[in-house]
Amino acid sequence: MALDEVKIGGLGASRKRVEDNRFIRGKGNYVDDVVLPGMLYMEILRSPLAHAKINSIDTSAAYAIPGVRMVMTGEMMAARNLAWMPTLSYDTQAVLATDKVRFQGQEVCAVIADDPYIARDGVEAIVVDYEPLPPIVNPEQAKAPGAPLIRNDKVGQNNNVIFDWEVGDRASTDRAFAEADKVSEIAMHYPRSHPSPIEACGSIADYDRSTSKLTVYMTTQAPHIIRAAVSLVAEIPEHMIRIISPDLGGGFGNKVPVYPGYVMSILASILLEKPVKWIEDKTGNLISTGFGRDVYLKGQMALRNDGKILGVRMHTDSDHGAFFADAQPSKFKIGLMHSAFACYDVPTAHLTAQGVYTNKAPGGVAYRCSFRVTEAMYFQERMVQAAADDLGMDQAEFRRVNLVKDDDFPKRTPFGFLTDSGQYGKCLQIGLDAIGYDDFKKEQEEARKRGRLLGIGISTMTEPLGAGNSREYDILGIKMFDSAELRVHMTGKAILRTGAKTQGQGHETTWAQIVAHELGIPAEDIVVEEGDTDTAPFGMGTYASRSTPVAGAAVSMVSRKIRAKARKIAAHLLEVSDEDIEWELGRFYVRGAQDRGVTIQECAMAAYSNVPDGMEPGLENNAYYDPPNLTWPFACYIATVEVDPETGVWDVLRLVAVDDCGVRINPMIVEGQIMGGLTEAYAMANMQFITFDEDGNCVGSNYMDYLLPTAWETPGFELHEVVTPCPHHPIGAKGIGECATVGGPAAFVNAVMDALKHTGVRNIDMPLLPDRVYEAAQTGSDISGMPPVKTADD
Amino acid sequence: MYPSRFRYEAPTTLAEAIAILATNDDAKVLAGGQSLIPMMKLRFASPATLVDINNIPDLDFHGADADGTYRIGALCRHAHLEKSTTLGDHQPLLASCAPLVADPIVRTRGTFVGSVCHADPQGDWASCMVALDGSITAVGPNGERSIPVKEFVSGPFQTVLAADEIATEAVIAPAQGTRVGGYLKLERRVGDFATAGVAIGLDMTGGTVASAGIGLTGVGAQTIDAAEAASVLIGSSLEPDVIERAANLAAEVANPRSDHRGSASYKKHVVETFVSRILGNVQREELQVA
Repeated sequence: MALDEVKIGGLGASRKRVEDNRFIRGKGNYVDDVVLPGMLYMEILRSPLAHAKINSIDTSAAYAIPGVRMVMTGEMMAARNLAWMPTLSYDTQAVLATDKVRFQGQEVCAVIADDPYIARDGVEAIVVDYEPLPPIVNPEQAKAPGAPLIRNDKVGQNNNVIFDWEVGDRASTDRAFAEADKVSEIAMHYPRSHPSPIEACGSIADYDRSTSKLTVYMTTQAPHIIRAAVSLVAEIPEHMIRIISPDLGGGFGNKVPVYPGYVMSILASILLEKPVKWIEDKTGNLISTGFGRDVYLKGQMALRNDGKILGVRMHTDSDHGAFFADAQPSKFKIGLMHSAFACYDVPTAHLTAQGVYTNKAPGGVAYRCSFRVTEAMYFQERMVQAAADDLGMDQAEFRRVNLVKDDDFPKRTPFGFLTDSGQYGKCLQIGLDAIGYDDFKKEQEEARKRGRLLGIGISTMTEPLGAGNSREYDILGIKMFDSAELRVHMTGKAILRTGAKTQGQGHETTWAQIVAHELGIPAEDIVVEEGDTDTAPFGMGTYASRSTPVAGAAVSMVSRKIRAKARKIAAHLLEVSDEDIEWELGRFYVRGAQDRGVTIQECAMAAYSNVPDGMEPGLENNAYYDPPNLTWPFACYIATVEVDPETGVWDVLRLVAVDDCGVRINPMIVEGQIMGGLTEAYAMANMQFITFDEDGNCVGSNYMDYLLPTAWETPGFELHEVVTPCPHHPIGAKGIGECATVGGPAAFVNAVMDALKHTGVRNIDMPLLPDRVYEAAQTGSDISGMPPVKTADD
Repeated sequence: MYPSRFRYEAPTTLAEAIAILATNDDAKVLAGGQSLIPMMKLRFASPATLVDINNIPDLDFHGADADGTYRIGALCRHAHLEKSTTLGDHQPLLASCAPLVADPIVRTRGTFVGSVCHADPQGDWASCMVALDGSITAVGPNGERSIPVKEFVSGPFQTVLAADEIATEAVIAPAQGTRVGGYLKLERRVGDFATAGVAIGLDMTGGTVASAGIGLTGVGAQTIDAAEAASVLIGSSLEPDVIERAANLAAEVANPRSDHRGSASYKKHVVETFVSRILGNVQREELQVA
């Protein structure tokens, strides 16, 4: 009898997260929980200024404090050729400033001391003489004639432009616009935000001179990439480096890059021959590590009067901060921005992109999105709403006309991606039915007559998740594939390791479910381990919703290799030939005699005690998986809101989410991912941004200024699902972790814009703070473009 | 958190606490610690000595005397007021403010009197105390004195409290007639500082305003006493034109800065809107009673 898949915790089981057993008991093991004998503590002195020449650094008072072991300066790093390090985008980044500081919060010195209190006392005792330089806080200033040169360290860099890039077909797009009945336009800023994981970054470097081995406990989403990077930067042989990423308190992309703090703790440990711990504080994390977004987007849509989209033009001006340190596939300068309009039948499109340096923190990480897809889809859905309004067409109808139809797959997107599956129209319809679209429109009209402002916003999108394939996707030449290693013990229990790194996604739970699905071994009999480069097989790590599409597929494939070997063992045990063996979940049996069978556990025992002649004993294997394509989940989010015309405050009435991420491994975890993503989407739409005043001071350096929504203000979410299996993934799964962060913001913003439609306002930049909404509604003018924070009195 | 080095004292009597304050330079009183501890964490504040008053008995109280005088002791937490079953009967303004102070975590530890002593222009309770014309009782080496709250705060984060004095209670005088009022605050998120907040306390006799106070939160360098706006209410029955005049006057006296919470003009507009809303609500409730 085949096993009941849900009962053994296979596909479709909403199994409770096994990792939570330790997390809810406070027994997680994070970097800061690790204590090594003789450990010292490092604290960083950060620049208070955004742009300034360093005249001198006096560390004598710090050295005079008992317990201060070492003060690291840029000069000291430079003497070891470590003042600068390569970034993930072929640029360089200062580890410690030598010539000048280029953003507020930049690392200037590091103090290593016997305890963290003394380390902070040491930091306070350092005297730095700065000579302020004019700061640049947005692309317009960066490109202005005569703008100060931020990267005067780079030979041949004579302005602040990092790149000019384009993709798509300019000529055919021009033709489409020439033939258009109508051209619609929109411009917006997607503000700088920060992934802000609850656990900030940190590391403990432990260099053992007797073995020449460097062990680093580190908050990293990609331990293998870090191992390679450390090997290259510090010139330590790769086999002498062990990176351990223990439990992570969230990542959201923030823990992909290499940060100066990691590098300094490593050097300090080598110089002092002691373990050195560096734990960043929340302000350090917010002001110096990988941020998200900060892109100015504008574009046009060529339209036919019947609503058909003929073509799209897009331009982005992106603000990368002082160093181009984006964590993204190296080929694409503005990430996967060109995934925009992938769900629509758009014949042609053209995108130009320019990136600039500013005196702001570097990073440009994919904050819970697949490399700038968040900006792409936000622009797409805001543009779609503007176009529908300009045509006087209903929002839902406009989407119905232009969404790719089910039988059009595989479908080439206007920028050249290949989407392969989906039921877009069905998802939209489920969403419209759930929200009661037609009834709401009537209610909206009635309410308007009584002075109440209701609005409804739709966001539909597909996004590219799961980089590779390795032909097109690499980071600094390292190809983007993943691996899994499975060892089945003789009693039928197993350990699975992958090159991904969970940080809240629940891999310890879901990977076991994939193995259970493939082998019939109950999920509870499988332990999952990730994050230690000495034990885990190679992988590119967890970000960009790539774990299930890539590492998860490798888990399937390695399980199938195990099953193939077990089949041979079963044939041996049942004394029949391989071809006469049939498989049902958890068991092999003889074709035509279903009662004659052996379980997978019996095969496992035999693998160590009774293998056929000529077969290697044991039951373990590994698999490397290079996906043939990205996965393309689809989402439809619909929000209804009410705007208070007297204050500009808006409340979410309802949010309906319809997600199609293919086959769901653990529906509960999928729903958790969607709700978390929608919460972050709501945060971005409603309250969250990091901005800078004219002096380059970061506004958003703490949790009083940079807001994370609480359960109190986060609206309720109503979730629905459609399942269109991914045609190329072994179990039909697609990425899901980021759909809601990517598609969600536009639903909220479109709803507020819909509520204000009668005022003629077309755009308010996020976050839609009450004052902006009120001002736009009062004046009937858009609030878009430059960072809107005014610091002078009115 | 890694503050600078400090001495920690935990006296068990008020006299002992005052003596420690009198003999130590740069000592700070620790009650709920919800502002002081974060400031020490960031090293914005580095007091040499912390005088923890949590072990001193008889400071955790709130309630009305026989004559209606309302007293809130130095160790009364925000949460005690939020959950109080009697506060609303005596002090409707405080009852409407209590659930809006910071977030539930802060409310559990933080104290009413501590909040007033912190003299943060963003403090909700200080506006209520201004609206209710309350006072602070301070005890020092030379005994006790009562300081009207409008004289208590001398600037942003500054009070007239002497270095060796401890604020032991907040006192609010009895109502003349029926006490009504309310608090409204615009915040971007629970626990955020107010974009703007308005506290209104009124005493009504026979449908007429006998006394009135309006305090404004977060729209100036310190808590603002909108005295002129309050004065136009006295003798009125909160007719629409009176409400409008009070709202305009309150907005005029607000002196906010433009920042990431909103422009100055927007904040003034919110003050005006909230004054109208609170008074409108009171007026509707009065009509229902009548």
